[in-house]
Amino acid sequence: MTILETKVALRINGEAVEVPAGTSIHKACESAGIDTPTLCWAENLTPVNVCRVCVVEVEGSRALVPSCARPAEEGMVVETDSERVRHSRKMVLEFLGSGVNLEQAPELHEWMQRYGAEPERYDQYEMPAVRMGDAPKIQDNLFIRDYDQCVLCYKCVSACGDDAQHSFAIAVSGRGFGARISTEYDTPLPDSACVYCGNCIGVCPTGAIQFKTEFDLRAADDWRPDDQDVTRTICSYCGVGCNLELHTQDEKIIKVTSPSDHSVTNGHLCIKGRFGWQYVQPDEPPLNA
Amino acid sequence: MADLYISEDTADAAEIAAVDAALGGRFVVLHESERLVRAGTAKRHGHRHLLLPALHALQNAKGWISPGGLNHVCEALQVPPAEAYGVATFYEMFRVEEPGHAGDVTHVCVDAACQIAGSAEKIAELKASGGNVHESPCLGQCEKAPAIFVQGVAGPDSVPADSEPLQFHQQGDSSLRLLKRIGVVDATSLDSYREQGGYEAMEAAVAMGAEAVCTAVADSGLSGRGGAAFPTGIKWRAVAAEQGRPKHVVANCDESEPGTFKDRFVMENDPFSLIEALTVAGFATGAENGWIYIRGEYPLATARLENAIAQCREAGLLGGNAAGSGHPFDIELRRGAGAYICGEETALFASLEGFRGEPRSKPPFPTTHGLFQEPTAINNPETLLNALDILLIGAEEYRSRGTERSPGTKLLCLSGQIAKPGVYEVEFGTTLDQVIDLAGGLTGNGELAAILMGGAAGSFVGPDALDMPLTLEDTRERETTLGSGVIMPFTTEIDMVDVLVRISAFFRNESCGQCVPCRVGTVRQNETMVQLQRTGSLTSERLALVDDIAQVMVDASICGLGHTAASAINSAIALGLVPGAARGSGES
Ligand SMILES: Cc1cc2nc3c(=O)[nH]c(=O)nc-3n(C[C@H](O)[C@H](O)[C@H](O)COP(=O)(O)O)c2cc1C
Ligand code: SF4
Ligand code: SF4
Ligand code: FES
Ligand code: FES
Repeated sequence: MTILETKVALRINGEAVEVPAGTSIHKACESAGIDTPTLCWAENLTPVNVCRVCVVEVEGSRALVPSCARPAEEGMVVETDSERVRHSRKMVLEFLGSGVNLEQAPELHEWMQRYGAEPERYDQYEMPAVRMGDAPKIQDNLFIRDYDQCVLCYKCVSACGDDAQHSFAIAVSGRGFGARISTEYDTPLPDSACVYCGNCIGVCPTGAIQFKTEFDLRAADDWRPDDQDVTRTICSYCGVGCNLELHTQDEKIIKVTSPSDHSVTNGHLCIKGRFGWQYVQPDEPPLNA
Repeated sequence: MADLYISEDTADAAEIAAVDAALGGRFVVLHESERLVRAGTAKRHGHRHLLLPALHALQNAKGWISPGGLNHVCEALQVPPAEAYGVATFYEMFRVEEPGHAGDVTHVCVDAACQIAGSAEKIAELKASGGNVHESPCLGQCEKAPAIFVQGVAGPDSVPADSEPLQFHQQGDSSLRLLKRIGVVDATSLDSYREQGGYEAMEAAVAMGAEAVCTAVADSGLSGRGGAAFPTGIKWRAVAAEQGRPKHVVANCDESEPGTFKDRFVMENDPFSLIEALTVAGFATGAENGWIYIRGEYPLATARLENAIAQCREAGLLGGNAAGSGHPFDIELRRGAGAYICGEETALFASLEGFRGEPRSKPPFPTTHGLFQEPTAINNPETLLNALDILLIGAEEYRSRGTERSPGTKLLCLSGQIAKPGVYEVEFGTTLDQVIDLAGGLTGNGELAAILMGGAAGSFVGPDALDMPLTLEDTRERETTLGSGVIMPFTTEIDMVDVLVRISAFFRNESCGQCVPCRVGTVRQNETMVQLQRTGSLTSERLALVDDIAQVMVDASICGLGHTAASAINSAIALGLVPGAARGSGES
């Protein structure tokens, strides 16, 4: 049986591009070799189009359009590098940089340079710009949450909820600049619906949620990406066959991820694959200590 | 969904009774002796829209939403507690921490009309006498500034000003179309409404048929009065054309645009007209489900509408064969809980469905994917009232009022420094100075400095705009807007910077927080205005920043809140109302 694929033809920055119907503008740009920043979008999650860093100009549309979520249409005329697009991307990055700690998000720094974002300009008067400013939540030995680093991309909420785990332990609470990712009544994670799959860690783009091992190494100023290796293997616990990426430094496992394009996991794991590695290195203190 | 994890906190008897009354037996989980009966996923989704009423019940029972109370609701409706908490914390009227005090909360408006009428003094006075005072955005009673709304605990909500006699300056004016029954009809009686011509439009609709109703509305040139001026006929036809799925008509009675109170005025004083108009909309579009989403701070309008719905149901005007139309149609009323953004149509759907009031991106549009992702016609109450008039007098006669491109009449909300504040109905094309005269002229000793048009999301115009005819085309040409009909004059006595600080604070507080341009942009904009207030001027660097912030909010925000959040401030700068921020010529 052949599957007939409908194609749509559009123009991106003056070039003719043809993609299968239903392809997002972002993917169409990618196929034309145009790199578009994305923050709240991920291959393995439903688009929420909230960060607006991926906006492009579409002829006939008054406002800019989120390329991650809008499907390419026949005859669309798209500009990805116009003055308006550059301005919006610059401002989104600048806004994030002005309110959030982005130290552990190197990709964002690259984009900020690319678009000339200057987050400092909000602070240069006697009145400091308000920030997220929360203290890290350290509630167990598996992972920490530092919402001072959170850009509110909703990815962890999607991964905890409908898109992967269906635990619904965390959601967005509050409103406006006061919005935060939270359990009900900010209950500590061990007392919440969290099942410690760590899928939120896997999708977080800024390090706001991270392995406690990583957090401790960073705190000790001993986090050395250049000395780290990644080894791909298969989880040994059950027969599902989840692929694991073991991140090691000094031959010790420091965190575990799964490739988001892996057909079994889509990048998501369970508590055993994510945190159940102590038996490999029995000399290390157990995580539940 | 997997089984929900619910903590051990339990509800007390008062909370359980309040929630059970609000849910009216519509549970997803039932405890039958030892047996737990759990309905399926479809039922769970089908009941989520009861979350907001249940949260209202909890808030009212104890003055806050306790963990045990929330657990009870989450179990009954099978909503994950983290999500329900996310919903509860979205709204101004809900508290999730035990208040340090027992008893009612007095909300005092701090938006422009009340700000210049002394709300700060009112707040100080109430606090001094030991009241639980909460500073509130516009309460939709701008003509009674400074406005107060009392949120009850274990008792009803109330508005002190509701006990005052009706203030309607146009009563007896024979040219009134939309307000003709105000002050004449008994707002609590269907019989009185019928004596005043009520349900004649619905009878006409049934006689001419649904398609002809849509045609008449399209031919009349009626456009939406909720702010965006979208042609109503096109909207109704689009929903009428959808087949095979349940359909909805929604009256958007969230009315939270600062300076706006016309919908409240109609709902309080002529509530049956909205019920009839929504029934007409349902008939025209083939929708069986009518919804009224009314802001939570309107207790009198809510009571009047609930009474009207009950009487209409009793009389067969709603129900299986609504008003003899041969079609089923009924109306459910839902209360918001303090969130300006829930007036944005897609946010309203999310709120009504029991989710956070976060706008969804369009396309798809409500006419195909509205409430519950089903075809929906959503309209402002004033838009709906116009449909009644169109059916009574015909499209042609309707067009004899107003202008070619803005046919009909418009409700205007006059407040601020004006002698006779209130709601006025005028033909489109009436000029701004005529309207100000109608409302008794300006008050105070100063000269006219600026007029806020269309609310906080609108813009300021200067005295040179007094000759402007109030039409869609003329306001557009002069780069301002009629918006929701707000006309709020300020004289030179008023420090406009204080007003701009408050407008920017309004957007900062009301942004849903979903998208970065608006979540952070409204905060940074507010910071620049506070800076201006402190230093007395805007440096050229700061002015450039104000422009940069405005541009990204306009270009990249998801919804109209972000798109318009900089508009009033931009216009004030352009008019030279901001000291030390005059733009060099050549800049726009
Ligand atoms: C932030 C925001 C708040 C709004 N609030 C209201 C409102 O309170 N009432 C209303 O009718 N429309 C409001 N609107 C406009 C609605 O989205 C929608 O356009 C309107 O209800 C459509 O009805 P109409 O065609 O009869 O005007 C608001 C829009 C935005 C962006
Ligand atoms: S914690 Fe991380 S994944 Fe979650 S919203 Fe914040 S930045 Fe996004
Ligand atoms: S523009 Fe503002 S209110 Fe609208 S979706 Fe974005 S954050 Fe929410
Ligand atoms: S990546 Fe497209 S809006 Fe965030
Ligand atoms: S009630 Fe105060 S401004 Fe509207």
